Amino acid sequence: MLAILRTLWSVFLHAFHKRVTVQYPGERSRIPPRWRGRIILSRDPDGGERCVACYLCAVACPVDCIALQSAEDETGRRYPEFFRINFSRCIFCGFCEEACPTYAIQLTPDFEMGEYDRQKLVYEKEDLLIDGTGKYPGYNYWRVAGVSIGGKDKGQAENEAPPVDVHSLLP
Amino acid sequence: MTSPHPFASIFGILIGALIVAGGLIWVERRLLALWQDRYGPNRVGPFGLMQVTADMVKIFFKEDWVPPFADKTVFILAPAVIVVTVLLSFAMIPVAPGIVVSNLDVGLLFILAMSSLGLYSVVLAGWASDNKYSLLGALRAAAQMLSYEVFMGLSLMGVVLLAGSFNLARIVEAQRRLWFVVPQFLGFLLFLIAGMAETRRLPFDLPEAESELIAGYHAEYSGMKFGLFFVGEYLGVTLISALIALLFFGGWMGPVLPPVVWFLVKMFFFISFFILVRAALPRPRFDQLMSLGWKVMLPLALANLLVTGAVVLAEGY
Repeated sequence: MLAILRTLWSVFLHAFHKRVTVQYPGERSRIPPRWRGRIILSRDPDGGERCVACYLCAVACPVDCIALQSAEDETGRRYPEFFRINFSRCIFCGFCEEACPTYAIQLTPDFEMGEYDRQKLVYEKEDLLIDGTGKYPGYNYWRVAGVSIGGKDKGQAENEAPPVDVHSLLP
Repeated sequence: MTSPHPFASIFGILIGALIVAGGLIWVERRLLALWQDRYGPNRVGPFGLMQVTADMVKIFFKEDWVPPFADKTVFILAPAVIVVTVLLSFAMIPVAPGIVVSNLDVGLLFILAMSSLGLYSVVLAGWASDNKYSLLGALRAAAQMLSYEVFMGLSLMGVVLLAGSFNLARIVEAQRRLWFVVPQFLGFLLFLIAGMAETRRLPFDLPEAESELIAGYHAEYSGMKFGLFFVGEYLGVTLISALIALLFFGGWMGPVLPPVVWFLVKMFFFISFFILVRAALPRPRFDQLMSLGWKVMLPLALANLLVTGAVVLAEGY
């Protein structure tokens, strides 16, 4: 009996507690920078696409929501011909970001992607590409990779030694 | 003594009761939220008041489905019974001196009879649904109502003895010196508990028990038929609160404010208390419910009646 009265009283006192509800559209909670939300494709510091169309993200994706087609431009640089993410399937697990060797694909702190039409949730490459570098400002894959592309030959990458001339007899 | 403007009283009380019952949907959700550190519905209209309207519009447009295996006539009739019986009880409630639909000399007895009849609604709904959960809910409701009605009536007899009348207006008048909650505190507690059981409110909501019987007797109901059960439940809460205010807390009597306001204040205090109880207490097991009713409440009510009777006799009323 006493326990019941005490319960009633302590529940009544909750009337004066702080509300836990965040009144969402008017009031927003802080989202941490590593929040896994809307997926973007980032660019190099000098503006080129980072994605090298290696398909690792599509392979890592547990729900198969990423589709892309690789292509190669005249300088030998690989890029996706199309890059499509079906956000009605995406579970925002972030595996694609972990798989990406060039920091191209990144998850951002944005979750407000509601649509009335399901088809609008299929994002194409132009919807995904952003103009900036995302979370890794200084990184430029083609500048550190030992692949030769137009305008950068082998041995010209950052911290890369010139290639050894195997035909020379000198040590 | 009948009221001076019978039609004004009838429509005032009818519409007032229905508005209060409808408004309780919002009040209950807001109060439950208040005691659970939330806000509750606060988007539609000022303070979310239009939520009731939105819910009503929604429930009217819901598919009104009668299961093919149900007993159609009874299935459709059952939800109406609960609303009709509770509304009939409201005819006996004196809101203020002279504002009453029917000032019967056996008013209190009539209300008790009507609340027993209201049980038919639940039992018939459970039976007509032809669904084992509904039937279990109806069985529980029947057993619970039978056991709690017994001492519900007995707990009020103390008040009737002290006032010397079944007439609600006269019972209120008899409290001019002292509210009956003081000499009849035990009776008040018993009636409070029995009232909760009568309205099937949360600590005693075993007939619907969402977590075990999915929704008990109204599992098969949809649309406005389901809505009627809800309106009936809220009307019941309003009725029991009004009765507590009338029988134990001096009804419309109070200083300064007009009588109707005092009545409403007391009624809403007990409505809020009902909601607080719902927010705070868990549901007992069915055997606990029954043994509480028969082994604790009934003897207490009988003892209360005996002692009150002896005192009244000794004082020579």
